[in-house]
Amino acid sequence: MAEVLATEGAKELRFRDPAQARALSAALGRVVAEIGRAPVSVMHVCGSHEQSIAKFGLRAILPRDLNVIMGPGCPVCVTDIPEVDEAVVLAQDGVRIATYGDMLKVPGSMKSLADAQTEGAKVDVVYSAAQAADLARDTTEEIVFFASGFETTAVATAAVVLGDPPPNFSVLSAHKYIPPVMEIVAEMPGTKVEGFLAAGHAATITGSAIFERFVERHQIPVVVAGFEPLDILGGLVKLVELVRDRSPRVENMYPRCVTAEGNRNAQAQMWKVFRTVGGQWRGIAHVPNGNLRLRDEFAHVDARKRHHIDVRRLWSRSPSTLTQVCICGNIMAGIASPQECPLFGKECIPETPVGACMVSSEGTCKIWHQYGGHPDL
Amino acid sequence: MTATTTQRSEALITLRHGAGGRAMRQLIGETLAAGYLETKVDGIGLAAMDDGAALRIGDRWLVVTTDSHVVHPIFFPGGDIGRLAVAGTVNDLAMMGATAPLGLTCAVIIEEGFRRGDLERIQRSMQETCREAGVTILTGDTKVMGRGELDGIVINTTGVALTDAIVPDAGLRAGDRLLLTGSIGDHGMALMVKRHGLAIEAELRSDVAPINGLIQAALAAVPGAVTAMKDPTRGGVASALHEMAEKSEIGIVLHEPRVPVSPVVRAAAEMLGLDPFQIANEGKALLGVRPEAVDAVLAAVRAHPLGAAAEIVGECIADHVGRVILDTGLGRRLLVEAEGEPLPRIC
Repeated sequence: MAEVLATEGAKELRFRDPAQARALSAALGRVVAEIGRAPVSVMHVCGSHEQSIAKFGLRAILPRDLNVIMGPGCPVCVTDIPEVDEAVVLAQDGVRIATYGDMLKVPGSMKSLADAQTEGAKVDVVYSAAQAADLARDTTEEIVFFASGFETTAVATAAVVLGDPPPNFSVLSAHKYIPPVMEIVAEMPGTKVEGFLAAGHAATITGSAIFERFVERHQIPVVVAGFEPLDILGGLVKLVELVRDRSPRVENMYPRCVTAEGNRNAQAQMWKVFRTVGGQWRGIAHVPNGNLRLRDEFAHVDARKRHHIDVRRLWSRSPSTLTQVCICGNIMAGIASPQECPLFGKECIPETPVGACMVSSEGTCKIWHQYGGHPDL
Repeated sequence: MTATTTQRSEALITLRHGAGGRAMRQLIGETLAAGYLETKVDGIGLAAMDDGAALRIGDRWLVVTTDSHVVHPIFFPGGDIGRLAVAGTVNDLAMMGATAPLGLTCAVIIEEGFRRGDLERIQRSMQETCREAGVTILTGDTKVMGRGELDGIVINTTGVALTDAIVPDAGLRAGDRLLLTGSIGDHGMALMVKRHGLAIEAELRSDVAPINGLIQAALAAVPGAVTAMKDPTRGGVASALHEMAEKSEIGIVLHEPRVPVSPVVRAAAEMLGLDPFQIANEGKALLGVRPEAVDAVLAAVRAHPLGAAAEIVGECIADHVGRVILDTGLGRRLLVEAEGEPLPRIC
């Protein structure tokens, strides 16, 4: 542990150095001023980026004329209500559900998995797909792994599916695929987004080259960035430089982890197991090719094929009026901020979330509630 | 009854109401303290919601405080419920400026089936802690309840002390510096790791200790220079600073790089997704100090064995009243209070 901590200390020095942060902040100010119009708006599509920005208080040192919008980067938050309903119905039917902790409180049309659990359903929190499979090995009960996440976690699910899981194990996939939703945001009428900060961890799998076609089509620059404060500031400097130079291209600012081609082996596993289908992202839009579903060859581990899931019985009553007031969708699309929501910090708090953005540790509302957003300090 | 009051009386008390934050203060204000808040007291009464009460006796003050102690597990690295029960009450008295307790009372409620050996171990620990604090137990009460009617053991201690001057937690003024007597997060993190059986192979020990001697040294350094005190127990530094900022009607700027956090606590907190500012301490204090006296008070605190790691961690400002601004060294954000007991992140 002592050695580990010593190395951590060294990393902290490199990626959390205040003097370098000030220099990058000054550079950001210069480049934004050179662009000469306000505001310049860029979007990141990753909850971990927002976590880091909020935790280290980076918004306070961003230039006033630079608007860093958090896009649909929280996989838990964009899990659609009917997907939650599927898990709730399975749980109510006596199937044991294994899922990530963040998924527990996500409200479905009538209830969350946590509500179902309170009423007696069996729900287990797991840290990984592999742990869910282990759970199935220890029992004869039907175990359904309710899987959420982007490319990074989809790869882990694929590995388990390919790794000869026990016969009582299946996957209810709510996995999402990020590149198509960037197209949606770029094509939204009246979109203000002039550049994207892409998530470093997803790019370790997909590679940075995956964004080339997007850049070509939309003439919007994409910069791949890591998650330490200096990674983010450095990524933003590069991004606004590309905006200033009207030079839409892909830049990899996370080369210590990300290559142009990515992890070919992981990609092969992922596409062997999953195919893309269109589907609704909660609060955002119908995203063509935005959902990852199991291929037909894996029907035996596909919970949707193994079990008869009829979510209509949850839909006999209309959702609560609070849910209708929630503006999570606009927040995730970068059109509104949490403070514009009448429920934020009042009816909607982490203990009793109304929208999914208040549930996940990667949700914008939860993060703003935890760190106080970005008031003028 | 109106719809709202019916709704409210049917609401259930949750763990959030006991976590030392805003929900707890609101519940106490609306229920337990209601009816006493308007009573005029010559000194500091319930309305101040301070660490204890202070009554004027001639030209001195009688300070009284009481605290019930429950902790799971009852024996933890660095301490146990007995040490906690003595240190907690001694420290509450000290936080009012009363560093020489006249004595403690001790009421114990034990669950049927509790091991006698464990009780003896707790008693030895209490005795040892009393010796460290220079205090004794004057009277007590013992009850045994049926199995399952409580969880193991509950210890209540009440402390009384006389002092010449009271230090309230509402006395901060703009310009005051904030002194923290040592590293934060040790107690809560040691307990959390033990309680959740987390596999962290590092030395995490609670900081539970009576700090009346340390506080006495700080107060004696420059008389009148310490303007406010609070021990960051439940809710951690975040709750303590908010309470001080709200009651004193000032704002606080806290400099994160200056706050001592042990590498082990920092690493464990990052792994578990916890914020050391929201984690409980049981042997630390936050002191407001007049700017001109800050060097002398810091030197006096550091000269005490329990204050060797003390630092000046922040200052009070006239604007942003009731808010605590955290300067991370990289940027600035608001420090917020924990809602409920901090739990390790699962995903």
